[in-house]
Amino acid sequence: MNAYKRFDKLVPKEEKNRIDYRVRMEDILELPELKFNPFKERICKVFSTSDKKDGSLDFDDFLDFLSAFSESATLEIKSHYAFHIFDFEDDGTLGRQDLKQLVNCLTGKADKTSLTADEMKQLINNILAESDIDKDGTVNLSEFQHVISRSPDFVSSFKIVL
Amino acid sequence: MAGNFDLNQPLMGAGLESPADEEGVHVSFSQLIAEQIGESPDGFELQQLQRALNDEDRDYVGELGSAFEYPGRGLNDMEGEDDDGGETDPQDGLPWSSATLKILSSMPSRTIGRSRGAILSQYYNKTLQLRRRGQSRSSLRDFSRSSRPTIRGYGMEVDTTDGPESEMKKKKERLVNNLQNLSVGERLKMLRGMPVSVAEKKELRRLTLQKDKPPPSSSKIPCCSQLKFYIIIAARHSWYSWLSFLHSLQPWQFLFKRIGGRFGTGVLSYFQFLKTLLLFNVFLFLVTFAFLVLPQAMHPTELPVGVRTFSGLELISGAGLFTDTVMYYGYYSNSTLQKSCAREHNASASTDHDCVSERLSYNMPLAYFFTIGMSFFITCIILVYSMSKSFGRSFRIDKSYSILAMKVFSSWDFRVIKKSSVELMSQNNCTQLREILAEVVQKKEKNGGCQALWRLMVHGLAWAICIGGTAGCVISVYFFSEYMHQDLQRTSRQTNTHPLLKEASLLALPALVSLLNLLLPSLFSLAAWMEEYHSPSVRTYVALGRNLMLKVSVLAVLCYHWLGRVAANPSDINLMCWETFVGQELYRFLIMDFIFTLLNTLFGELLWRLFSRNVLRRSRNPAFDIARNVLDLIYAQTLAWIGVLFSPLLPAVQILKLLLLFYVKVTSVMMNCQVPRRPYRVSQMTTIFITLLCFPSFLGASVCVTYTMWSIKPSSSCGPFRGLRTMFQAGKRWVQELEKNNPDLSVLARVHAYLVENPFFLFVGAGIFLIVIYFYSQVVDGQRKVIELLQEHIEEEGAHKKYLISKLQNMHESKKRIPRRLRSQDSGC
Repeated sequence: MNAYKRFDKLVPKEEKNRIDYRVRMEDILELPELKFNPFKERICKVFSTSDKKDGSLDFDDFLDFLSAFSESATLEIKSHYAFHIFDFEDDGTLGRQDLKQLVNCLTGKADKTSLTADEMKQLINNILAESDIDKDGTVNLSEFQHVISRSPDFVSSFKIVL
Repeated sequence: MAGNFDLNQPLMGAGLESPADEEGVHVSFSQLIAEQIGESPDGFELQQLQRALNDEDRDYVGELGSAFEYPGRGLNDMEGEDDDGGETDPQDGLPWSSATLKILSSMPSRTIGRSRGAILSQYYNKTLQLRRRGQSRSSLRDFSRSSRPTIRGYGMEVDTTDGPESEMKKKKERLVNNLQNLSVGERLKMLRGMPVSVAEKKELRRLTLQKDKPPPSSSKIPCCSQLKFYIIIAARHSWYSWLSFLHSLQPWQFLFKRIGGRFGTGVLSYFQFLKTLLLFNVFLFLVTFAFLVLPQAMHPTELPVGVRTFSGLELISGAGLFTDTVMYYGYYSNSTLQKSCAREHNASASTDHDCVSERLSYNMPLAYFFTIGMSFFITCIILVYSMSKSFGRSFRIDKSYSILAMKVFSSWDFRVIKKSSVELMSQNNCTQLREILAEVVQKKEKNGGCQALWRLMVHGLAWAICIGGTAGCVISVYFFSEYMHQDLQRTSRQTNTHPLLKEASLLALPALVSLLNLLLPSLFSLAAWMEEYHSPSVRTYVALGRNLMLKVSVLAVLCYHWLGRVAANPSDINLMCWETFVGQELYRFLIMDFIFTLLNTLFGELLWRLFSRNVLRRSRNPAFDIARNVLDLIYAQTLAWIGVLFSPLLPAVQILKLLLLFYVKVTSVMMNCQVPRRPYRVSQMTTIFITLLCFPSFLGASVCVTYTMWSIKPSSSCGPFRGLRTMFQAGKRWVQELEKNNPDLSVLARVHAYLVENPFFLFVGAGIFLIVIYFYSQVVDGQRKVIELLQEHIEEEGAHKKYLISKLQNMHESKKRIPRRLRSQDSGC
């Protein structure tokens, strides 16, 4: 019920009667839970099932989003969606560029908090050495899930409460 | 794709030996794929392969563009890196042709999870396995390390891109078929676990249910089953609305969200732990209230002495007016309570039926004994269950570290929504990543011997300070308690001391203990400040260990003081009822602890924040020390558990205390503290806290209570166990009486005698327990070995894949070159 109320607030008045109205991405990004999250655009793109690929969500997508981030979602669902959120280039694996963008999101945009190019290279090399089991230079979904299954903090941090 | 490399596949080798034999490669590929699916080969993939390999003129590189990672870099990883982090395309990597790139982009490992077809196939396999359940894998014991186990039985999925609609429909049908054959519970679980959109799940569910039973037309249902139908729907509606009502009623949900949003999951775990403790106490309170307090309150006993007046000191000292109330052990009668009987309750336990009444009778001593026993037993079960669940969540078999990868993938706390907190978290992440990176690099350098020695000395010094502090604390508590005891002896002999003064002097010991509990952890953190540790988690564990050591030793000394000194010779201090006195002591300790915590939180943290801001000129607020606060909570809970036997209303006091503490802590955290800088591994720490609650705390309390019940003589003039040799005798007596009245139950009595009192049975039980633990540890070891084996296997498969791709590429290049040469030759002529 709560979810419906929140979603309803985002729908403009004239469209309230349409069942399958899609809320635009810009409106979703204004939600307080997502406003300062560096992954907000990726979240919208991943959960959106619109044909135009513009990141708009209808109510079903919104429910998808909430259920993936809820307490009762299994590790498998969470890791599946996390993988797609982190896959900035949308190519099905986490390559060097994806990892670099991920680390930049984690450390913020400010100058003093980002890593130097050397540190970044070292970091990405280490990550790939640790998690790329078949040594193809990228982290695919199975390898990602393998790493995540060993990290017990993932489930508790991958949560959004409305 | 690269699944089955049995050594009895000579076709593969033969196909690659002659590079011109491209057909051979095609056939073996499609055979491979066919073997994986286990059905007739899908013509679609073969066609796609052929199409891709044959088409050289159309260049799709533009489409693929920068969205594709040059696999060449993967190869180069093994040879050493000299490119600069991926901005420019490598000039030295093998340039894959567009056809190869297209094939690579549709490889299962890249598209798994993206195409719905792949997910459906994956879940089809899973449901198939659930259905069969008897699928036995070849035992790995028989394989030597050199031969690789086939993973055919593990259900490799091959996926197609979203091709023709018929493919999807077929897959869906197969999946729906499987889903129908599962039980309802499993079906629900499977559907919930599928990472597809809600629309898809609805569709699947509809299809599954549709095939189950054909929807009956409403005219055919007789009216009584229609009514049943309506009732079921109405019941379900009301159940859902009740659930949502309960959910909204959950206390503190909004507060938890605010705290989590500002401070992250670490600080939130402290408040969740507080809530857990509150629930334990509520349970204890309800049980003791229902079975002990209420019956006794309805049959008030006569007070032995005259009326006491209420002075404010009662609230803190628990003595005075509170002494002869339902609150303490001494008030409880020791005989069977009966309703409309005007009999005197005297010392001997009586079961005489002179007073016949049709009301129920309530055997107070038995009720007391069993209530305390059962509540401890149930608390034990709940604790062990939550501990094992939490442990299972955080324990990982695999010993290999992948700290950096884990940190990068799982360190973003999605709960945090406040802007300043997000910025702080980003800063923290940056610092932590740098630290871990430095650690990883540093591990390769060896420390000089001199530095190691110096570090060892510093550690030794810090430990010496901590142990010395603890020992000093323990000794001072011991001697002070002895002094107070003698002081009490003296004052009890004199009769002209003011009673209020006497009560106030009883507060001295609790105040001292609380003060020591407050100051010594600061000393420990000061000592730890000069040490350096390999990793922050070791630092946390050491701090936790030292604080725990302090609290356990203090509690041990206090228990000795109460049970060893006070209970042994109660007449020394002129006590009629030593249990009531001990209950009051515990009450005093709880209240004093609470007062000191309040003062520390309100003033201490505020002062420290002002001090660090203005004097030390730090730009950040102090961090909330989660470990220390949780240990304080555990300490208070241990006191409450010890005290339930002597003061059945103590859980109520603890509940009030926890409620107040919650709001005070929330306010203080919001005002004074900040996101902790050190990385905090939430689920591991939560496991540790629950374990600490179970092992030293609850175990110690139950050992204390059991010892009291088993071997200490209860006082002879008050309480429900007066006149008995030990409290345990109440239970034994009841069993003997049952046996007397009902000879058939003598078996039970004999069984009871053997089980509980015979130590042999305990040894046998412990032996069996140890054997089971050993067995499980061997299983875990075996699983570790399997993981290593499988990882090696995957690496080898990766090497195979690269080899195949490069061979394919070479073949393709040579094939392109030959026609060009022919064409140039033609044009030349």
